[in-house]
Amino acid sequence: MSDTPLDEKMIFLEGDFEFVPREKGVHIDETFSNQSYWKDVSKRFFRNKGAVMGLISIAIIIIMAIIGPNLNAYTYDAQIITQQNLPPRIPVIEKLGIFDGSEKLYTSTGIIDQNKYISEDGSVTGLEDVYYWFGTDVLGRDIFTRTWVGTRISLYISLMAVLIDMVFGLSYGLISGYFGGKVDNAMQRFAEILNGIPNLVVVTLLIIVLKPGLLTITFSLMITGWIGMSRIARAQMLKLKQQEFVLASRTLGAKDFFIIFREILPNIFGQIITNTMFSIPTAIFTEAFLAFIGLGVPVPMASLGLLISDAFKSFTTHPYMIIPPVVVLAVLMLSFNMLADGLRDAFDPKMKEM
Amino acid sequence: MKKYLLKRILISIATLLIILVILFLRLEFMPGSPFNDEKLTTAQVELLNAKYGLDKPVLVRFGNYVKNMLTGDFGVSYTISKNTPISTLLMSRLPISVKIGGQAVLLGTFFGLILGIIAALKHNTIWDTLTTVISVIGVSLPSYVFALGLSYTLGFKFELFPLLYSSKLPFESSILPTISLSMFTLASIARFTRTEMIEVMGSDYIQLAESKGISGIHLIVRHQLRNALIPIITVLAPLIVGLMTGSLVIEKIFSIPGIGSLLVTAIQSNDYNVIIAIAFIYSAMYIGIMLLVDILYGVIDPRIRLAKEESHE
Amino acid sequence: MTDEKKVDQTTSKKVDQMTSKEKILSISDLSISFKTALGSVDAIRGVNLDLHRGETLAVVGESGSGKSVTMKAVMGILSSNGVVNSGKIDFNYSDAGEEMAVDILTLSKKYMRSHINGKHIAMIFQDPMTSLNPTMTIGAQIMEGMIWHKKANKREAKKRALELLELVGITDAEKRMKNYPHQLSGGMRQRVVIAIALACNPDLLICDEPTTALDVTIQAKILELIKDIQREMNISVIYITHDLGVVAKVADYVAVMYAGKIVEKGTVDEVFYDPRHPYTWGLLSAMPDLDTFDDKLYTIPGSPPNLSHKVEGDAFASRNIYALNIDKRLEPPMFKITETHYAATWLLHENAPKVEMPSALKERIDRMLKEANENGE
Repeated sequence: MSDTPLDEKMIFLEGDFEFVPREKGVHIDETFSNQSYWKDVSKRFFRNKGAVMGLISIAIIIIMAIIGPNLNAYTYDAQIITQQNLPPRIPVIEKLGIFDGSEKLYTSTGIIDQNKYISEDGSVTGLEDVYYWFGTDVLGRDIFTRTWVGTRISLYISLMAVLIDMVFGLSYGLISGYFGGKVDNAMQRFAEILNGIPNLVVVTLLIIVLKPGLLTITFSLMITGWIGMSRIARAQMLKLKQQEFVLASRTLGAKDFFIIFREILPNIFGQIITNTMFSIPTAIFTEAFLAFIGLGVPVPMASLGLLISDAFKSFTTHPYMIIPPVVVLAVLMLSFNMLADGLRDAFDPKMKEM
Repeated sequence: MKKYLLKRILISIATLLIILVILFLRLEFMPGSPFNDEKLTTAQVELLNAKYGLDKPVLVRFGNYVKNMLTGDFGVSYTISKNTPISTLLMSRLPISVKIGGQAVLLGTFFGLILGIIAALKHNTIWDTLTTVISVIGVSLPSYVFALGLSYTLGFKFELFPLLYSSKLPFESSILPTISLSMFTLASIARFTRTEMIEVMGSDYIQLAESKGISGIHLIVRHQLRNALIPIITVLAPLIVGLMTGSLVIEKIFSIPGIGSLLVTAIQSNDYNVIIAIAFIYSAMYIGIMLLVDILYGVIDPRIRLAKEESHE
Repeated sequence: MTDEKKVDQTTSKKVDQMTSKEKILSISDLSISFKTALGSVDAIRGVNLDLHRGETLAVVGESGSGKSVTMKAVMGILSSNGVVNSGKIDFNYSDAGEEMAVDILTLSKKYMRSHINGKHIAMIFQDPMTSLNPTMTIGAQIMEGMIWHKKANKREAKKRALELLELVGITDAEKRMKNYPHQLSGGMRQRVVIAIALACNPDLLICDEPTTALDVTIQAKILELIKDIQREMNISVIYITHDLGVVAKVADYVAVMYAGKIVEKGTVDEVFYDPRHPYTWGLLSAMPDLDTFDDKLYTIPGSPPNLSHKVEGDAFASRNIYALNIDKRLEPPMFKITETHYAATWLLHENAPKVEMPSALKERIDRMLKEANENGE
């Protein structure tokens, strides 16, 4: 067998061949002491640029949803008939030739450049000092204010989705998985049947019974939104309840409730958070979709879906109207998805490191 | 397998029945009776009730109702097209929706699989990143964002494709809707395929196959793809639902005379019979597809196909 | 005071030539690291190993000591984030009557798969529950390699597969061929995995903890089976294990790995009856034993070092109650004890204080020696 030779250049020091003085008492293992699970998770998370960007975008959108509607003097429902269909105009930036309130109109006779704020022949329009950062809609409402008011609805929906996942889905799955047998069988059949009804049908039927609005949307999320989470929670429970630490806890006399929520729940926390994040975009989308087919929040409320739906009607003539809500919606959806992806990889690194 | 099949079929039937009960109950108790026209006298209403069998016991009426729904007799439309049988309305529209939906499923599944496989095989390279970016965008953006983008650029600005659906150009005008509709399917499948493939590629049995010397296409198809496909089949059913939802919006944007746009119109004009008919058709289609997927799953996965009869759980 | 010492490296090589044993595998100076999200991990830090035809080598160590990674490198199935920093894996085999000598690390994946894997080196994995493809029948999986390497047509392959199944002790082979993995028990599956590994008559069989996932009663049978096959087919076997009981039963040579390095290697008698490295002492002391009347099982204090940090000096120093000052500074080289026995600990240096192995272990070894002698007679 071959071997490593002693390096000729190895230089030995005095005291090299004396025993390391040993401290009396217990040996303390320090190899992994400075590594904790959560530290690792956060380290992995913050290395993921997409996830961090998602988190920042969501933070910015939340802040804008809170302060945005108060940043100018307009309110989301004030209609100023004389100021309809005004393109975006932003102070300072307008001098650069963009966002200066001009727009191109495509007509049958050709393309017309026009600026409704300032007339070319010098006549007074009364709008010289008026600025709409995102423009106005067909009823003369400020799109900037409406966009952020609409964002609030989407964020409310996100919150509802999280709550429903956590309250319904999680408990349902955990209980079903934990008790197993007949309880599990009955609960699973129920979930399966409910899952067999397309979401779209649930929503449509609800709409017939209730008036369109936030309550209806919340209800429809409650009816089907939790099934995905319950499946994950159940699968995890089935896997974990066989393990020794649960058995140990049970032998020590722990009650079912204690085992479910104190022993098992912390162990599946990562997956739950991840799945919750994934269910947010779905919920936001449900609202946007309902609004688009005319079942959103009632007027004059604004939601991103409703804004998109309204702007769609004139989107070939005034495309600027549809851009702010679409961009906010897209960024929000994208951010939640990237955040969820990042969380998943942070909690479960095996996917990334294979 | 027999027991598995039987269970799936029973659950499908149960689901369909429950939907029928809900629809029937709505008809019984909810506002929107066909005869709440103020001009009708009580006697006239009774006459009409007798004519339509509305004075019979509940169970008989439910029986009749189920029979009618299953035979395609959905009653008549009230507002959209007064007194036209709904089945007539649906007849001309269903094929268009199914055509565009089918095209979108095929397109999305095919390219989704290809993208997912490439991403997994070229794991941690630029191809992987690119696929991930495409699929995150595809999953995140509602299909109407794509529809609007495509119709504004390719349709409106460059005039490459018709902006709206036209029965004179059934194929050309279905391209943009199909692409928009397939994006979500494509992205989801790509994403899922990638995850599953990577998971399978890291599995012990792939290492065993490699240690046997198996490589190349044979390894990918026989060992990796086949095992990765099993879970992918399960996401097909939810994707179909996404497609139905998406089709409502897409059909509206491109003015496609399908059942999606019919449903939107029906909802907006409170034409309850039409709403219920379409809700029933959607449910039936979805349940049918779920059943099909479950059967397919059983056929492909020997663990289910050959499961011992007593341990069907 | 300075001290220099040289060990003549060439002597050991001469021995190999003199004994005229055919060297089949020679790993030298192998070093591998893995790139992870939390930085680079130096999993293998300079490994040297040799194996001759027909012999059995056992690589022993705790989880994470690098034993599996070394063997995956031999197999050419390192995961994609693994990087070979240095070293050679020389493999000698004969292909169609022609003697071949290759460095596995320089071979392309394609060449590796079509010429080495399965045909000349085969592997048995730890967990038979996960190492078979769930969507292929047993028969197809055994036949696949033979057909793939064009060693047999379908009919011949089937005949051979039936023979193999009988060889590994599966009755009713004809019926089992059509079964899927989930229809077999764990022990049966491991037998199938062995049959797959043997399908193309390999020269070298690597067994990665082949019995860890199995029942104790089945463990012995599987080990016996591998041993029989080895004798019958004159193949070399490498066992990767943390179970010293397995080592004692099957191995000719033992290599003890710690933190990505080999710390002691020698014949099974040398390592078991005359261990020199404190880590080996710890391992042997930690082995459960019917004759030891302590109520507590010995454990080595602490845990293996985190290899994502650079190791200074001897990696085992922090857990070693016999650690010397030099251990903190310099990594010990391999000291030669006999022609076949080496250990990497400064305790073997001529200037080091004389240290005996713990008395409890000494008693134990004496007892084992006595038993072995009695059994031998």
